[in-house]
Amino acid sequence: MQLFDVVFYLFALVTIVSAGIVVFSRNVIYAAFSLLFTLFGVAALYVMLQADFLAVTQVLIYVGGILVLMLFGLMLTSRVVSVDIKGSSVQTAPALILVALVAGSLAGIFYSTWKSVPAASSAAVTTTPLLGTLLMTTYLLPFEVASVILLVTLLGAAFIARRKRKA
Amino acid sequence: MAHETLITLSLAILLLPLAGFVLLIFFGRRLPRQGDWLGTGLITVSFALAVTVLVQKLTQYHDETLGLSFSWINFHDVPLVGPLKLVLGVQVDNLAAIMLCVVTLVSMLVHLFSIGYMRGDVRYSRYFAYLGLFSFSMLEIVLADNLFLLYVGWELVGICSYLLIGHWYEKKSASNAAIKAFITNRVGDFGFLIGMLTLYATFHTFNLRELFEGIQRLPGDGQGWLTAAGVLIFCGAIGKSAQFPLHVWLPDAMEGPTPVSALIHAATMVAAGVYLVARTFPLMTGDALMVIAYIGAITAFIAATIAIVQNDIKKVLAYSTISQLGYMIMSMGVGGYTGGFFHLTTHAMFKAGLFLGSGSVIHAMHHALHRQNDHHTDAQDIRSMGGLKARMPVTFWTFVVFTLAISGVPLTSGFLSKDEILAGTLAFAGLTGHALIPVIGFLVAGLTAFYMFRVVILTFLGEPADAGRMEHVHESPAVMTIPLVILAALSLCFVFSLNPVDASGSWIARAVERPATVVPSVLAGPGAQEFEEGVRHFHWTAMALSLTVAGMGILAAFMTYSWKKINADAIEAALRPVHTFLLNKWYFDELYNGVLVRGLLGATVVLRWFDNTVVDGIVNGAGLVTRGVSFVSGRFDHYVIDGLVNLTAWVSGAFGLLFRKTQTGRVQTYVVLALFSVMIFYFIFRLG
Amino acid sequence: MGALEHVWGEFASWLPHVQLAHFLIVSALLFAFGLYAIITRRNAILLLMGVELVLNAANLNLVAFSHYKMLSLDGQAAAIFVIILAAAEAAIALAIVLNIFHRFQTVNVDEISSLKE
Repeated sequence: MQLFDVVFYLFALVTIVSAGIVVFSRNVIYAAFSLLFTLFGVAALYVMLQADFLAVTQVLIYVGGILVLMLFGLMLTSRVVSVDIKGSSVQTAPALILVALVAGSLAGIFYSTWKSVPAASSAAVTTTPLLGTLLMTTYLLPFEVASVILLVTLLGAAFIARRKRKA
Repeated sequence: MAHETLITLSLAILLLPLAGFVLLIFFGRRLPRQGDWLGTGLITVSFALAVTVLVQKLTQYHDETLGLSFSWINFHDVPLVGPLKLVLGVQVDNLAAIMLCVVTLVSMLVHLFSIGYMRGDVRYSRYFAYLGLFSFSMLEIVLADNLFLLYVGWELVGICSYLLIGHWYEKKSASNAAIKAFITNRVGDFGFLIGMLTLYATFHTFNLRELFEGIQRLPGDGQGWLTAAGVLIFCGAIGKSAQFPLHVWLPDAMEGPTPVSALIHAATMVAAGVYLVARTFPLMTGDALMVIAYIGAITAFIAATIAIVQNDIKKVLAYSTISQLGYMIMSMGVGGYTGGFFHLTTHAMFKAGLFLGSGSVIHAMHHALHRQNDHHTDAQDIRSMGGLKARMPVTFWTFVVFTLAISGVPLTSGFLSKDEILAGTLAFAGLTGHALIPVIGFLVAGLTAFYMFRVVILTFLGEPADAGRMEHVHESPAVMTIPLVILAALSLCFVFSLNPVDASGSWIARAVERPATVVPSVLAGPGAQEFEEGVRHFHWTAMALSLTVAGMGILAAFMTYSWKKINADAIEAALRPVHTFLLNKWYFDELYNGVLVRGLLGATVVLRWFDNTVVDGIVNGAGLVTRGVSFVSGRFDHYVIDGLVNLTAWVSGAFGLLFRKTQTGRVQTYVVLALFSVMIFYFIFRLG
Repeated sequence: MGALEHVWGEFASWLPHVQLAHFLIVSALLFAFGLYAIITRRNAILLLMGVELVLNAANLNLVAFSHYKMLSLDGQAAAIFVIILAAAEAAIALAIVLNIFHRFQTVNVDEISSLKE
């Protein structure tokens, strides 16, 4: 095992374990905070895959934006001070079987199909400028559409979340 | 200055007011002083640029037409229409350069005047925004090198006119007047549109130069439709320039703020009709020009007679505007291209001045009446004024200059341009034998002098109608009087020609020459050569005659209203029917109401009767038949069809009861089921 | 059972040398966890967290394929769009959840059933 492999297993472990806590924890606050570690772990995996820009984006948007949003949501909707902070679950048994099946078959497929692919060059390249060019050329239209979607989302979210005045 | 620079400057002149409009309409209320300085400043810059362009154009490119165009939309070959391609462009020839100057100058002065006149108005910033939009639209008409762009500007000025007439839309009469102006204009614009499309259908271009070239290439005979096209285009001018029979909107348009009347309904927009005729002059056939000349003459006469008896100062000015526009149109019609355009320019100055002067008077009267707590007396009625000379000296003296100009007294600009027109009508009569036109021309000149001096005498001279009111009348602030003084200076003849009795050597006459006609020679009217000779021949005759009639008019006005040698009331009593006829503006409004509105209402009565008896009868009969048929089919439906349907429903219901168990309404259950199915399929394909 | 031993031996030698399939398997596990949260959670916000896990798993796949030349840089571009849409989705969904909370005083998805029957 080389250093690369060790580091990979370290982050993979962080990711998987914290994801497990997200899913299985009965305390919603724990769940939310361990999502933080999952997201960081995925960001670290991005770095290992030489997707530096994506890693930064992941941290900025997921950790800085979405997670904070979720925490706010939790705080606003759970009666944190009272007892009801448990996130109860339903239909756990069929779900476990099903999910185990899905995970097993997916892993099986992945392993059997791509177990030996040529290793990528380990030379450090930065993909950010290339990605920027790609966004401004090939993906210009989706990029613009995405900006419109974000604008609409902003307006829509503000409109929906606004407290309606009682008529 | 290079060719391109000049075009760029013209575009800047065009776009600056638009920028002002956009800024003011969105941010006007938040700017300090509601942004009046912004609109005024931008139009002032425009004016400065326009002067630069004019000077450069006249000194360096005197005989050239500068242009810039770009292809806007190209639809290539459109079914049924043919090649459809819109090329937009601007052109700066001498005509456009002069108009640029006139429009921006008047607009700038009106902006300045409005700062004083509109102070404290509820929609102050919006008012300035609309003024900016108007300036832009008018400049677009001026600069357009094609009918399409011209038409766009044409409609835009219509909109601005509508918005500004209805500026005080809380007043019912104002909003009515706005609607009337808009709809009346639509009638004319419709003709314009058809005429424009007629030309497009033949030549596949809107560009004026290409149109002229296309017409020139036509075979000489069988082109009578050109007359129709010309008259249709002239319809636009009839609406915009308030010519008979569509003149009825302009007097009502005086409901708008007075500076607006000065800008739009006196100096620029209504002159757009004349400008349109000037632009399309080469394609007008002799017959079309004859129609134009007669329409102009009739308008000039009708409006002048009505103006004599009006008592509202703005109404008098409105009818005088219609009358003077008729003059210009008539001049265009008889072939006096230069004279018509010259009169447009001079008229823009002194008529804007007259309106602004009346605005100054109304402003002062309003103020005085307010201080007196008098809410019944009309601030615009000249019978309640009188003796304002002492209280408002600047307004009085400038007003006198404008009145002298419009009456055609020597040393004023109006004298020069009016003589040009009248000599033109005489030349026309000499060439074609239509003597009615010069007769009307001179008659109207006399009437004009009479009614304008009537206004001056009743408003400024004589005894005040109410001595107490005079105490409260004050001269308007400098921001309102300065534009008056500037316009008065520009109403003197020296601005246009150093020779005070002959304008033929002036810069404007040299700059604006009658363009050669392009219509086949059989259709063309009298040639330019003969016409010019006629004008030179009749120059002194026209001058002597016009001086005589103007002098008679002025004398009559003083005899009647100042020295009381003639008793106006006695004449009024003796000519009671005529007076009533004139006071009611020849009953045009009543005529349109009676014929058009009533006619429409009458038609609806007939149509209703038709509907009630014939159409309803058919419908009811059909209904009866249908009912009989439906009774039979109803039985069939009830037993046979319904039986089948019910059976189907029962079967589905039974199945529904069975499957209902799976429909929990919980999305999560559905996810589980869907995933299970996916996995089942996966294993089937994988193992099988 | 030589065949099974062979497979196991291959797997054991494959395991320490990290390459494409390792990343893919991590993403498969993430996906499964996300799926589990979606199926079982009653709290709407925790359910949304499951959705985020699933999206992250997909992104990890895209980036991994992109790095190991099975995809060009397009993989990363697609991942960026996924992140953008995830942000939009989270904002809207949370706005809706807040609204629901104001109306029903709960965010448990199985209690919000006023449209049922």
